[in-house]
Amino acid sequence: MIDIIGIVFIAIGLFFDFFGCLGLIRLPDVYNRLQASTKCVTFGTCSIMFGTFLIQGLNATGVKSLLCIIFLILTAPVSAHALARGAHMAGIKLWKGSVCDKYEEDK
Amino acid sequence: MKRRLSWIIGALIILIILSIIILLPLPILFFQDLPFLGLFRRAFFIILMSCLLCLYRIFRGPTAADRAVSIDILGILILGFCAILSIPTGRSWYIDIGIAWALQSFIATIALAKYLEGRNFDD
Repeated sequence: MIDIIGIVFIAIGLFFDFFGCLGLIRLPDVYNRLQASTKCVTFGTCSIMFGTFLIQGLNATGVKSLLCIIFLILTAPVSAHALARGAHMAGIKLWKGSVCDKYEEDK
Repeated sequence: MKRRLSWIIGALIILIILSIIILLPLPILFFQDLPFLGLFRRAFFIILMSCLLCLYRIFRGPTAADRAVSIDILGILILGFCAILSIPTGRSWYIDIGIAWALQSFIATIALAKYLEGRNFDD
């Protein structure tokens, strides 16, 4: 039973990975691409890791995958935020259909 | 007219990718008996195709920030690949490769963001 739950988690993770990369191709802007592709991290790879933990149980592989989930959840938003800030400071224009730009208002 | 043409090309590319995922012969590296083994075997092709999409964005991307985002996501995909590979083979050190890759990818992304901001690394 718990194997089947883990496999469902892995399938959800694969779905999010594939469609996040599709968004990386399709969307028109750096910021939109970043918004689509960070869904790859939290829902895609963390879900795959959690499915691995559910299938393997509390042995070496499962505990290491839990550790990897904690590390990913701590670091991935930091790197995504740093990339967005760096891209805005490098002067990359927003897409022409964008609604608002809070960074520009703050300056 | 041009917009409709780009829609058709995109749908064709997605169809080609899905047919590659579904129709290619399966790799043989599975020793355990698990339910839904077919999905596990297809997972390799799904992650491979996602990596190809990321490589297209690295090759094509108009600015440097696009390439930085793609490299970050490529590392995350390799991490998921390592996690899936550790289940049927039963080797626990694949997750070690994933943890080391995540550390290296985080530091590289922070350094690339600093480079994009145009400041020195000491600030």
